[in-house]
Amino acid sequence: MTDTHTGPFIAAIDQGTTSSRCIIFDRDGRIVAVDQKEHEQIFPKPGWVEHDAAEIWKNVQDVVSGAMVKAGASREDILSIGITNQRETTMLWDKHTGKPVHNAIVWQDTRTDVLCKKLGGDVGQDRWRRETGLPLAAYFAGPKIAWLLDNVAGLRERAEAGDLLFGTMDSWVIWNLTGGVNGGVHVTDVTNASRTLLMNLDDLKWNEEIAAEMGVPMQVLPEIRSSSEVYGTVTGGPLGGLLAGVPVASALGDQQAALFGQTCFSTGEAKSTYGTGTFMLMNTGEKLIHSESGLITTVGYRIGDQDPVYALEGSIAVTGALVQWMRDQMGLIKTAAEIETLAMSVEDNGGAYFVPAFSGLFAPYWRSDARGVIAGLTRYVTKAHIARAVLEATAWQTREISDAMIKDSGVELVALKVDGGMTSNNLLMQFLADVLDAPVVRPMVAETTCLGAAYAAGLAVGFWDSVEDLRVNWRRAAEWTPGMDAEVRDREYKNWLKAVERTMGWIDD
Amino acid sequence: MAKHIQSLERAAAMLRLLAGGERRLGLSDIASSLGLAKATAHGILRTLQHEGFVEQDPGSGRYQLGAELLRLGTTYLDVHELRARALVWTDDLARSSGEAVYLGVLHQHGVLIVHHVFRPDDSRQVLEVGAMQPLHSTALGKVLAATDPVAHAELVDAKREPFTARTVTELDEIERALDLTRAQGYATDNEETFEGVAAVAAPIYDRRRLAVGSVGITGAVERVCRDGELRPELVAAVRDTARSVSRDLGAKPF
Repeated sequence: MTDTHTGPFIAAIDQGTTSSRCIIFDRDGRIVAVDQKEHEQIFPKPGWVEHDAAEIWKNVQDVVSGAMVKAGASREDILSIGITNQRETTMLWDKHTGKPVHNAIVWQDTRTDVLCKKLGGDVGQDRWRRETGLPLAAYFAGPKIAWLLDNVAGLRERAEAGDLLFGTMDSWVIWNLTGGVNGGVHVTDVTNASRTLLMNLDDLKWNEEIAAEMGVPMQVLPEIRSSSEVYGTVTGGPLGGLLAGVPVASALGDQQAALFGQTCFSTGEAKSTYGTGTFMLMNTGEKLIHSESGLITTVGYRIGDQDPVYALEGSIAVTGALVQWMRDQMGLIKTAAEIETLAMSVEDNGGAYFVPAFSGLFAPYWRSDARGVIAGLTRYVTKAHIARAVLEATAWQTREISDAMIKDSGVELVALKVDGGMTSNNLLMQFLADVLDAPVVRPMVAETTCLGAAYAAGLAVGFWDSVEDLRVNWRRAAEWTPGMDAEVRDREYKNWLKAVERTMGWIDD
Repeated sequence: MAKHIQSLERAAAMLRLLAGGERRLGLSDIASSLGLAKATAHGILRTLQHEGFVEQDPGSGRYQLGAELLRLGTTYLDVHELRARALVWTDDLARSSGEAVYLGVLHQHGVLIVHHVFRPDDSRQVLEVGAMQPLHSTALGKVLAATDPVAHAELVDAKREPFTARTVTELDEIERALDLTRAQGYATDNEETFEGVAAVAAPIYDRRRLAVGSVGITGAVERVCRDGELRPELVAAVRDTARSVSRDLGAKPF
């Protein structure tokens, strides 16, 4: 750009599922420089997904120095470093050598399915929902630790002897940044800890009973800290030369970081990130809400020693993935963006509804016996109507989550802040506003995840004084206003729910 | 009834002739090669030019094949693809310029707004995606008319309405503005569409170096102009954005 950025800056590391990135932000929350590096996805067996944590740490160092070079920044320009990360991905390393003792088990990995069923016993997947806010599902970190200790020779002995450390990727990156074997700090933040099935949501402490039941020795667990405070300073290693002494000052799971980056600081504010799948989080304030509608209760963030802020989370497995499926498997379109062109060639869905329950129905139904359905077909229906039904499916699924959130929290949805790749789809965003009957707003900085980590790290060192400072930085890039007739909306929603009903019970148990 | 339509046969022969070599041909060369009267050849060439199948080099007056022919048979760029590619760059342009950003493509004798980023000042604004703007008075439209022969033909045919006292409606004068646009790589609209509003826009090219759209900012004269001219730093920012989007579409560096 023609305008110049002058320091000081905040650096944010986004250790994601497919790549690691570093973005450097200025005081206005504008991007000064970006660097990014992908890492290998390792698939040892069907359903298993692993990452090489050593490769990831090397990439993190590369992208941090890469972004520094691109920004033309020196140590004095960087006031602090923040971290956001793929959630739940689990690893163990030797605290004496600093080497991972096994590949990290990625959140998508389903190897702990059986273990989770076993742990659920007679109660089932809700056994620890009261304490942790989570169902016993294969995503979460605790059972992954147990799997490693029970299935990799020698690990349990080493863990009990106190030689091993557990971490999600935030812990691994912070430990390495702050010196590694030479005094690195072993910490995690409340948002990442809230995805382990091991932390009490109310007092934000490790639950020793659950840990014992799961077979996770307390000595492997990191100290739980807030999302925004100075954990330590950059020490030693290749980055030590570049950034020695710079405070490492935030950690947030990626979806919580996006909530923070979207400045959803008030009760009832919600954001939805539209990628392959969709994650919607609503700030419920200091109130811990136990969902009656199949949503997850999680920590939104905690700034220093302030009270923690909780959130309700609903995820949709298939949104952008459905458009990709239409492109790659059905051949209906050549690029993802063409779905809008095709959908716009007709006025409506022609009576067709597409429920992409490819691997069952998730929140708020939780029906694993469901499978995908295209309902309402007649000879009148063309591929353009199907394209429309594909986009509408994403909006209706969001409506179902948002209804559940409103029901659980008793708070009306004032507006929905959106980010992610699908926000470039104008037709979808308008339809979303129509079916939610609430404005849909896109912020100017698309990189809300990194921005959230930068904001939290900047708050911790006084670069920004308060969340109010951050709100000022938030800029509206576009807003879609609801314009659908209530009668039409109600009729269409009813049809959608009828189609959803038809997905259930397809798989015989 | 004649077996074939003579003028279409002649037009086809002309296209074959122009496709035969790299060189551009003058009117007399074309007429004599095909054994036609100059006036007849000129009439056909003008029609082909109007359709975008033939272009006339403004310097020499010689003819060559037009961009529209390249579009036939090749997949055109989906406007939603264009928006998806432009998203990050246009956000950054709005942020750095402090003004609203628009992305336009040629559609039915005008500019169709396919993407709009709000002015980042938190004021109430309405999303203008889907709106139409005129070709002759707007910066986005002038860029399209200067870089896309089809848009140019549309502009020549269109009713050129005077929106303000500064709107240029005379074709000669518009052509001079388009020449300037081609030479400097951007177009401006200084209160030519709305009183008190100025704009600057630059062309977006795809990998075949065809102009596929234009991108620009629009804002109050007091903010975007200095001494009656668009502020040079805004012009540079708009051109940078157009280059970045073009690069993402596969256009070679300029």
